[in-house]
Amino acid sequence: MSVFQHLEGRIDIRGLSISLGEGRAAFEAVQGLDCQIEPGQFVCILGPSGCGKSTLLGALAGHLQPRAGSLKVDGEDVSSPSPQRGMVFQHHTLFPWRTVRDNVAFGLKMRGIGKAERHEAADEILALVGLEGFAERWPDQLSGGMQQRVEIARVLINRPRLLLMDEPFGALDALTRLNMQELLLDIWTRIRTTVVFVTHDIDEALFLADRLLVMSTRPGRIIEDLRLDFPRPRTSELVTSHEFSRLKRHCLELLRHEDGRQLPRLNPLGLPPENKLPRFAL
Amino acid sequence: MYRSFIRWIPRAASLLLCLLFWQLAASHHWNLGLVTFANVPTPLAVIEAALGLGDSGKLAQHLSSSLSRVFAGYLAALIIGIVLGLAIGRSKWAEDLLLPPLEVLRPIPAVAWIPLAILMFPSSELSMVFITFTGALFPILLNTVHGVEGVDPRLIASAKSLGAGRRAILLEVILPGAAPSIITGLAIGMGTSWFCLVTAEMISGQYGIGYYTWESYTIQNYADIVVGMLLIGLLGMGSSLLIKRLGGLLTPWHRPRGKA
Repeated sequence: MSVFQHLEGRIDIRGLSISLGEGRAAFEAVQGLDCQIEPGQFVCILGPSGCGKSTLLGALAGHLQPRAGSLKVDGEDVSSPSPQRGMVFQHHTLFPWRTVRDNVAFGLKMRGIGKAERHEAADEILALVGLEGFAERWPDQLSGGMQQRVEIARVLINRPRLLLMDEPFGALDALTRLNMQELLLDIWTRIRTTVVFVTHDIDEALFLADRLLVMSTRPGRIIEDLRLDFPRPRTSELVTSHEFSRLKRHCLELLRHEDGRQLPRLNPLGLPPENKLPRFAL
Repeated sequence: MYRSFIRWIPRAASLLLCLLFWQLAASHHWNLGLVTFANVPTPLAVIEAALGLGDSGKLAQHLSSSLSRVFAGYLAALIIGIVLGLAIGRSKWAEDLLLPPLEVLRPIPAVAWIPLAILMFPSSELSMVFITFTGALFPILLNTVHGVEGVDPRLIASAKSLGAGRRAILLEVILPGAAPSIITGLAIGMGTSWFCLVTAEMISGQYGIGYYTWESYTIQNYADIVVGMLLIGLLGMGSSLLIKRLGGLLTPWHRPRGKA
């Protein structure tokens, strides 16, 4: 139904290759990837550590440039970051020097919207993620789960066509993680956008997604494309159902098959940062 | 409240003990082998000298000329240090062009600048401001570079994804992200600027705390030297504290770990 209401947020990936590193250390993180994602779909990408799933997400956000192939959103090439494609990282990237409200309103400020109007919009979306009464706080004063909710609110205030999430709940404790998954689905029913959600947690992927893409180890290719028709709204009972267990076993087998070597984690901005020594003594 | 009051007792006691040691050592002309207190003025003599300076009516002029020199040099260092620091921290180009000469100039002590400063500037007033400027510039510059490079690249990426352009990234992300480090540099720079004051005022004709200290040395008025030293110490400490306080007001989100 929603597919016909919202025609924005279609992703077209053809022959996509992304290389990371420089010179001799360069390697293909993603190779020859083809994929189409329908508008308004909730897609989870599952894969072993370092397989290039975060790299793909970084390219969708516009932080990484493809080496070959094309990456289109609604028919337009992705060339640079845009508020149309909101990104949520594993660890929050809220500005510590802005209050929660100003963090959420940041995107509107960049569009030149007046203070009163953007604060009103920020309070509205903070209520949607269940954080009324926290608008005046500094980000450091919130718990990890609350910080991620603010991060999601900050992205959603731009009404993005794509919501890109890189293991957003990976650093949270188990209970908070379950709550956040339900909250995310709840928000998604109200603000319908295409979601691309990267995770290595099979339960999480099966619980959330309309469609599950499983990626191989590096260089990342798609080795399985599953449609998940569990009825929505989904509740925690789903995870104990027979069909859920069967799919979980299937995914486990796929991943176990791929679990050859341990690769360093990649992130949506490329390679993990090296420990640089300062160039001068302070 | 009570606990912080309690902590002032050992602090005051420590200062008093130092003074007592000084008084004993100087009045009895202690000779400790490596150091001798034979020619050191006693605290009482120093207090007398300080009162004498107060009575002479010149204190206000000494203070105002020194303060205006330090603050002029410091202000110039603040502007140039932060602007260059932002440029070097943000751009490889600026770094390659600007950092090598600055690294060569950095280790040059203030004293070595005196002859050139006199030759390069039209007035001795400007030469003195320049010397206090060299003292403050490098701590501010290097801390700014350090702060700018320490900004989390994920924050910059997020700002781009939220629609921030180059200007907005600089003003909304880089500057506040580097602010705690810049403020540290400003507080250190304030201290080093005072540090260079005596050197700068060696070329002064009349007024200034540094001049007063240097002049007292040349006419072998030892108690006055100590008065000058203590005045510089107190003024330097006071203005560094002021910078830290102001910095704290400007960065309300930033609380050093363990004190929140």
